[in-house]
Amino acid sequence: MIKKVRPHLSQNEALLFERSSPGKRAYQLPELDVPEVDARAALGAENVRSEIAGFPEVSEVEAIRHFTRLSTWNYAIDHGMYPLGSCTMKYNPRINELVARIDGLAWAHPYQPEALSQGCMDVMAKVEAALAEITGMDAVTLQPAAGAHGELTGILLIRALLEKRGNPRQKILIPDSAHGTNPATAAIAGYAVENIKSSETGALDVGALEQLVNEDVAALMVTNPNTLGVFEHNIIQAAEILHRKGALLYMDGANMNALVGIARPGDFGVDVMHLNLHKTFSTPHGGGGPGAGPVAVKKQLEPFLPIPRIRRAARKYIYDYNRKQSIGRVRAYYGNFGVLVRALAYILAHGGPGLRNATVDAVLNAVYIRKKLEPFYDLPYPAPNLHEVVFSDKRQTARGVHTGDLAKRLIDYGFHPYTVSFPLIVHGALMIEPTETEGKLEIDQFVEAMISIAGEVETDPQLVKNAPHGTRTSRVDEVTAARKPILRWKPE
Amino acid sequence: MRYLPKSDSERREMLDTCGVTSADELFAHLPDAVRLNRPLALDPGISEYEIVDYFKKRAAQNANGYASFLGAGVYQHYRPVLVDTVVSRGEFLTSYTPYQAEISQGTLTTIFEFQTMLCQLTGMDVANASMYDGSTAVPEAAMMAVRATGKGRVMVARSVHPEYREVLRTYARHQGMPIHEFGYLEDRGTIDLEDLAHHIDPLTAAVIVQSPNFFGVIDQVKAAAEIAHKHGALLIMVFTEAVSLGILEPPADADIVAGELQSFAISPCYGGPFAGVIATKEKFMRQLPGRLVGQTTDSRGNRAFCLTLSTREQHIRREKATSNICTNQALIALMATVFMTVYGKRGLRELAQQNLSKAHYLATRSQPRFSGPFFNEFVTRVEGQSPAELNKALLKTKIIGGLPLAKHYPELSDCMLLCATEMSTRESMDLLATALAATKPVEVHA
Amino acid sequence: MYPENFRYTKEHEWVLVEGDSATIGITQHAQEELGDIVYVDLPKAGAQIEQGKSLGSVESVKAVSDVYSPLSGEVTEVNATLAEKPESLNQDPHGAAWLVKVKLSNPGEIQSLMTASDYSAYVGAEK
Repeated sequence: MIKKVRPHLSQNEALLFERSSPGKRAYQLPELDVPEVDARAALGAENVRSEIAGFPEVSEVEAIRHFTRLSTWNYAIDHGMYPLGSCTMKYNPRINELVARIDGLAWAHPYQPEALSQGCMDVMAKVEAALAEITGMDAVTLQPAAGAHGELTGILLIRALLEKRGNPRQKILIPDSAHGTNPATAAIAGYAVENIKSSETGALDVGALEQLVNEDVAALMVTNPNTLGVFEHNIIQAAEILHRKGALLYMDGANMNALVGIARPGDFGVDVMHLNLHKTFSTPHGGGGPGAGPVAVKKQLEPFLPIPRIRRAARKYIYDYNRKQSIGRVRAYYGNFGVLVRALAYILAHGGPGLRNATVDAVLNAVYIRKKLEPFYDLPYPAPNLHEVVFSDKRQTARGVHTGDLAKRLIDYGFHPYTVSFPLIVHGALMIEPTETEGKLEIDQFVEAMISIAGEVETDPQLVKNAPHGTRTSRVDEVTAARKPILRWKPE
Repeated sequence: MRYLPKSDSERREMLDTCGVTSADELFAHLPDAVRLNRPLALDPGISEYEIVDYFKKRAAQNANGYASFLGAGVYQHYRPVLVDTVVSRGEFLTSYTPYQAEISQGTLTTIFEFQTMLCQLTGMDVANASMYDGSTAVPEAAMMAVRATGKGRVMVARSVHPEYREVLRTYARHQGMPIHEFGYLEDRGTIDLEDLAHHIDPLTAAVIVQSPNFFGVIDQVKAAAEIAHKHGALLIMVFTEAVSLGILEPPADADIVAGELQSFAISPCYGGPFAGVIATKEKFMRQLPGRLVGQTTDSRGNRAFCLTLSTREQHIRREKATSNICTNQALIALMATVFMTVYGKRGLRELAQQNLSKAHYLATRSQPRFSGPFFNEFVTRVEGQSPAELNKALLKTKIIGGLPLAKHYPELSDCMLLCATEMSTRESMDLLATALAATKPVEVHA
Repeated sequence: MYPENFRYTKEHEWVLVEGDSATIGITQHAQEELGDIVYVDLPKAGAQIEQGKSLGSVESVKAVSDVYSPLSGEVTEVNATLAEKPESLNQDPHGAAWLVKVKLSNPGEIQSLMTASDYSAYVGAEK
């Protein structure tokens, strides 16, 4: 089998400020076609700055080399697999980049006349419709800029509905297996968080839920499949328990990659959910963002959606601001339109049947990995998994090796680590999500690497504990970085 | 399908390993009641060429080839070619959040440079790795001030972008954070300091002022800061036009700066994705929301960068986090970083100078409504017809006029907000000025 | 390992009572669990603290732990060295790296705390 990693000649590169010297330039502006204005006269001398001290001055060649060299120090999907659980690191189709840059879309100003924005509004309307169909919900808002932003929007919608019914209630129930954004969001929305422990099978404990749900509970925030990659088989029952007491079911859509075309949250009792377009819908992570976090709702929440809403009237799209019950805006303008374009391109490329096939391949890859690695890594929860699988480092800790070490050693084999130490309900978790993007060769290389590392733990644990060995940068001192934060360059 | 790299025979092999004969069996454990028993009601997949065609048609239904004088928080600036060259590299475009520092030094280094340059521009000690955008950076900054002061009330100027104020209200509503708006001076267009001084109280955590403000006017940040500090409140300065930082004195008296970086080579893109930033003084560092990159060393003693002060964030602090934010706008921030690199110290100044000259040229021919100093935007009165009517007429000459202010400022319903940047041509500005002058009952010439 | 003259809480804080004032810190067990300490968040002198309520927190790179006060009272002194050298909490948690000194409002509360041998047994059992 071809090995993924070989020693690579990498370049050193300084910071921009260290390459800078006065007079170097990478820009040229056209000549002014109007008279030059004296800044001090126009603005008032006290408002005009002296130079931007320390700001770099480099030439175009240096600029290109600087960023190119830096880029070669990154791992990326274009290099190989990211088995990161619940991140859904799938291929970022390049056609998406091309269409997002078409002038009429890329240069559109959000305040240009509606009559001259019909193309943008059509794209947004199409995305809303497609996401509603995929999720089985009734209405969608595209305003939220990211998943956490969508969560906040969703919880504010819940609050608005409950307020209208007379009592916004005080608590949100969150499973102990949940992503950190869930409780953080609940707190910002003014709700207290109550943790609900998972059952011993790692699933949502409907018995516990029954006990906890009362008139003080606004909602349960659930991820389905959960962060173990397991479908919550009690979800319909959970929804009924909540609804009976006037509470709502919020679903974190981070794991939608297991469900598209197979099951729809709207069909199993979800009232409101967010999607992560940068996960399920292939928009690029770009080193940490941008994303988009559309929120899909059932009919009863529709009146509260952020304004404006897109409506069709007399064969045109218009913006409807006349919505008295709306929670207001969660951001300026309409949404991360550029991300929506990319998501729509992805949906168009796959089409209905294609989206389902992608889900099937994603699940196939994860189940295959589980089967191959089960003999070597402890599987804490035996339930059937979907698009991701969670192991623990239990067998390896006997030799003093932890999940973080295993993850670092995986880098030496040419892979990005899986998600380490999450979910919190598994001690020493290894959370692996291959996505449908990985072919059999890549998956087999990954499996072989993991098996090899398990062997190294037995024969040479120090090798694993001190990994990575082959990277340009070895393990960084995060402790000093936190004790003595240096958050910017300063001249000597 | 071209994005799915398995052949049928490979699938069969893998299914076999999984102990099933068909892919459907992988989902057999799902309860029947949740299964979708029909195909998704979406058209079948289309080819690359058809996708391009589809979006070109949509683009054709938008404004194309118009000269636009819209600003109001989203600005037209040249995007240096290098920006897309750099961000299109797969190592940047398709990489993940840099949690694994050893294989993310590219991203981490550029973010460190970004943080540095934002400090240099704003005069603050520390800047984060970006927020979603300027409009959400404002409530996040307000929440920061609340944490830092232990007080709960926030005052915001009406001359702050109206949609930013709406977002602030949405966030504040459920946190017991009362918001009080104070006004602006009818003649100058700057904040009404008396109104501020009259309504500030010991419970105020923050005073939020924008400069240049929504009307384009350079506002009284220093004076507002004095009033704020006297009452134990922090001064939050907001900016929407980042290019202004190339020429305007940085707000040394502000405690927190929250702004929008769209002007730095981020396409207007119908309103997003953009990148916001929050920068602050060293003493508030631990209250900053969002990601932070710090300098450190690796085990061989070489300089390296990593995400740091993570205990502020949601994945560790959960409900006690400084924010729920997870994403930073890394790729968008990288566009800004490349832009700042291309222009550099002198270029950003020259760019700002050009913007100043263009807008002031337009202003000499169209009479600013406010007397306060302005950068590249100003308000003008439209006479003889409504701003909306004038804009309708202008469209016929392929000009998109300024933003009518009636919607958010009923007292300025006869006015529009004009923006001119380095991309505005003398020719189009002359056309606009002529059209404006033609509506006035008495002609006014420079 | 655990000084006889200290008293201990289930949340791994220790307190040394001297008359109506006391010194509070976190135990050896606590700093081991946290790993390398990077930051300590403490109240200011004059702050009122309450038995069982959080008085601040201790951070490692990847975790934050609240510090719960063993006794109620008013903070009289805060250990200034922890700001500069948080690592001293790893080195000497029972000695030089005390967190705060307190003037007690209810010395009787000490009855509810564990002795050194109780605490040793408790952390032994926890493992």
